[in-house]
Amino acid sequence: MHVTVDRSVCEIHAQCVFEAPDVFQLDDDDELVYDAQPAQRHRAPIERAVASCPVAAITLVEA
Amino acid sequence: MRRIVIVGAGLAGLSAAEELRRLGHDGDLTVIGAEPHRPYRRPPLSKHPLPRAHEDVAFGSADSLRANWVLGVPARRLDRRRRLVELADGEQVAFDGLVIGTGSRARELPQALHRGLPEVITVRSVDDLARLRGQLQRRPRVVIAGGGFLGSELAGSLRELGLAVHVVERARLPLLRALGTDVAERVSRAHRERGVVQHLGRVVTELLGADHLEAVRLDDGTTIPAELLITATGSEPNTEWLAGSGLALADGVLVNETGIAAPGIVAAGDVARWPHPWDRSARLRVEHYHGALAQGTHVARTLVHQAQRYDGLPSFWAHIHDLRLHSVGFTGGSHRLHIVKSDPDGRFLAEYRHGGRVVGAITHGYVRDLVPYRLTLKETA
Repeated sequence: MHVTVDRSVCEIHAQCVFEAPDVFQLDDDDELVYDAQPAQRHRAPIERAVASCPVAAITLVEA
Repeated sequence: MRRIVIVGAGLAGLSAAEELRRLGHDGDLTVIGAEPHRPYRRPPLSKHPLPRAHEDVAFGSADSLRANWVLGVPARRLDRRRRLVELADGEQVAFDGLVIGTGSRARELPQALHRGLPEVITVRSVDDLARLRGQLQRRPRVVIAGGGFLGSELAGSLRELGLAVHVVERARLPLLRALGTDVAERVSRAHRERGVVQHLGRVVTELLGADHLEAVRLDDGTTIPAELLITATGSEPNTEWLAGSGLALADGVLVNETGIAAPGIVAAGDVARWPHPWDRSARLRVEHYHGALAQGTHVARTLVHQAQRYDGLPSFWAHIHDLRLHSVGFTGGSHRLHIVKSDPDGRFLAEYRHGGRVVGAITHGYVRDLVPYRLTLKETA
């Protein structure tokens, strides 16, 4: 499972951080940091994060 | 449930459709939309840079739903007894389960005021956007009636294009009721600093010009020369087609805490009016992106899987000039606003309190600080 965020699209709405805080976080400057190779157990929250991103910046692909 | 019909091809309808497929519904799925377009994102329609066309804002996921799309024809009537939705062209669509997601429409100026002038528009749909883009080619002087989210965002986007922009707002500050005094003052300051002329505590009373708009007159007699008037004075839920259906309607479709309006019928998004999570005397109609998304998903589960209480919190974002506002929970002028922190660059984090507890938070620049609010608000909701 592989996660990518299109930085040219991301506007830091932080919905992914709300939905999957173990995978997506904001650093001190409100920049997005994320685990690009998350464990399978995070799948459901990541799918919610993908769906809730207002700018559709997140892609989830199978490894 | 073999046949599920979704009336409304916006975000609430789309997210309900997606969840139905995720839950394994493999029967018929019909999505009826008044607009001729497949579902798309509305928030970008007021943000800079303005999108060019439907492709720029369409949800790609709509195409893989295996849904039967009935677009460009609004629903006209719901017959609950025969379990039929009747369309404006007379066609009847039978259902076993129904999702109501017909959203809301822009409130328009009275006909006596706008007289059908072509330079009076709203910005709600991609077709409106096309009209707006057409008008902008003439580099008009613009008046925006309404300084809410839509009006304030558009003011910023049109200033980015270098146009002269006036905002006419009935309240004493833009977004006062939605955000409270302190935050509304920040919005007002942003407008001022970016050259938006604000007419606060004023309303539009007359449009001047015979065949084309020439000026806008306000209730205090002020006359603003203008070639374009954008109406952004709020919206109304699309419930007319449900008149006589027996569903409870009162500024929206009333649903219970799980999203049910009647047996086999659920509603989500702008059109749905929910019980308030902690104020038993109040009901809540949320007109934000995240509400439509989360409610659509929720009512799909309620319809075919398990009826559970909806515990989603309101949440919105807005881009007004350089302000990037993000919120969780309940905001608004009826709550006490408390600035938690702020800095000289204009970043701030504020809480909304009601009856001694925190009910919401908003920020520009401290988005990370909203995460713990979101968690604790969810627990106390």
